[in-house]
Amino acid sequence: MKSLVRATVVILLVCGLLMYAASVMDQTSGKSGKDVLTIYNWGEYIDTDLIKQFEKETGIHVIYETFDSNEAMMTKIEQGGTSYDISMPSEYTIEQMKERDLLLPIDYKQIPNIKNIDPDFLDLDFDQDNKFSVPYFWGTVGIVYNTAILDGQNFDSWDDLWDPSLKGKVILVDSAREVLGVSLNSMGKSLNSTDSKELKAATDKLIKMAPNVKAIIGDEVTQLMVNGDASVALTWSGQAADMMFENEDLTYNVPNEGSNLWFDNMVIPKTSKNVEGAHKFINFMLDAEVAAQNADYVGYSTPNKAALKLMDPEVVNDERYYPSKEVRDNLHVYKNLGKEKIGEYNELFLKFKMSIR
Amino acid sequence: MRNKRNSPFALIPYYVWIALFVIAPIILVAYYSLLDLNGNFTIANYQNFFTGVYLKMTLSSFWYAFLITLFSLLVSYPAAYLITKTKHKQLWLILIIIPSWINLLLKTYAFIGIFGMSGPINSFLKTIGIPQQQILFTDFSFVFVAVYIFIPFMILPIFNSLDKLNPALIYAARDLGASRLTTFRRVILPLTMNGVKSGIQAVFIPALSLFMITRLIAGNRVITLGTAIEQQFLVTQNWGMGSTIAVFLILFMFIIMLFTGQKEKGATQYGKAK
Repeated sequence: MKSLVRATVVILLVCGLLMYAASVMDQTSGKSGKDVLTIYNWGEYIDTDLIKQFEKETGIHVIYETFDSNEAMMTKIEQGGTSYDISMPSEYTIEQMKERDLLLPIDYKQIPNIKNIDPDFLDLDFDQDNKFSVPYFWGTVGIVYNTAILDGQNFDSWDDLWDPSLKGKVILVDSAREVLGVSLNSMGKSLNSTDSKELKAATDKLIKMAPNVKAIIGDEVTQLMVNGDASVALTWSGQAADMMFENEDLTYNVPNEGSNLWFDNMVIPKTSKNVEGAHKFINFMLDAEVAAQNADYVGYSTPNKAALKLMDPEVVNDERYYPSKEVRDNLHVYKNLGKEKIGEYNELFLKFKMSIR
Repeated sequence: MRNKRNSPFALIPYYVWIALFVIAPIILVAYYSLLDLNGNFTIANYQNFFTGVYLKMTLSSFWYAFLITLFSLLVSYPAAYLITKTKHKQLWLILIIIPSWINLLLKTYAFIGIFGMSGPINSFLKTIGIPQQQILFTDFSFVFVAVYIFIPFMILPIFNSLDKLNPALIYAARDLGASRLTTFRRVILPLTMNGVKSGIQAVFIPALSLFMITRLIAGNRVITLGTAIEQQFLVTQNWGMGSTIAVFLILFMFIIMLFTGQKEKGATQYGKAK
């Protein structure tokens, strides 16, 4: 009994001391509630030096948290109890968030740098007049592959993924719309198909790919591709850029049948406690030099045309990262299909996953 | 403490706790399982569960949970036995427990490196002249990592019951002419059965709902009920279906508890792991 009491007292004491130390540290760095900006972003999706620069310029302390799927992010914001000031959802999620009234409108008087954005990327269908969102990055979905291991294949067609020579080699991303999209694209159907028959046919076709599938994973794919553990993967353009930077044998291709074109955008969730700081941050990120440095670090394509002038021309002119307007016309943006259809996509995707044995 | 022994008030915090954190969540889960995407009452989720995909998933979850429990037991029983025979029991026990203090995800990521094509296992195979093997994303790697994670939860209850075993009983059995095997089968094993049962509970039930390592280590080639629940809640946002799967998981757990339930008081160790 005595030792139990002693142990309890010691633990409480230690906790108290640590809490005190933490609060002292907070104070010495001069943080009060008002000057904090909480950013909720995808993993590996910002140059952290820029956050430090922003903190120095504005005196606002940044708390940085990450998510790994639009849906998880939205669920967390919807459930409340969070105070995110900035988040970076993709276009179809913005539609959903608008529907559910989770976003605050953006005041462009506080964001003069919006002039740096290429008008091609403004006023898009998912958010007309950019009332709630400011473009952050854009990119495509395609195939990254190792030319040293897979000699002579170029993946100009999605159907190449069904090639028997790729038995047990293909890595897919753990996301229903991207994977079913492969199959839908290969059949010349729309990525936004809501026709249950088409979706069923696309799943049946996918199941034929099962013997080729090595794994269905998330961001871990980067390391596997870089190490040469895997030779071909379905991925996003910027993730492919990261891999290619580290392993020169890798290259990226968007098959000719077309693919997904996506936009991630900065938004201010309803939960924001520092709306002014959020505007400051958006304006800061749109600055040409900042955007150029960020694009260089992250590897995705920036919609900031002033930044493009400051970047390495070799990257900017690389069609793999910055496809021409004609190619882009062949790419399609996801639409919000509604809960029921998304449920159907996911059930079918689950069925496909169960077939990989 | 003597004088307070029978005070009924002492139990109030316990009842409140149980009501708030055990009973209320179960009722909520059961309630949500009867809702469809638009919040209307329906039993469609249950009908959906009995279509091919989820039944197949249940079967495969049980199969992998069985394999994981079996191998954990095969490793843990002898290990626990040997530990009771060592001089510094507590030290050895601590050595086994310490890894379970490390975050599960960190350990899992470490295994990605170990099992990789350029990882230590494959380099070892290469030096002894065996060609590189695909280890990651196989059933083997999945079961191996899961067993590794669950071993402490199996060893502890078995160790406790072995340690409590009166050695006089073993000497008596040996004196009376029982062979080593018979002693084990007729004396040691029955007397430590409670520990084994606790261990099975502590491993089998969490193993049924494993997720995350199904993706990281098995590359989604193994899909457990836990993975499906995670997906329904976070991706599909179909809380109804997610809850329905959870209801079945809870049912399975009750059934398992019934089968491995203990009649007399014994060492009970309910471990929790993701």
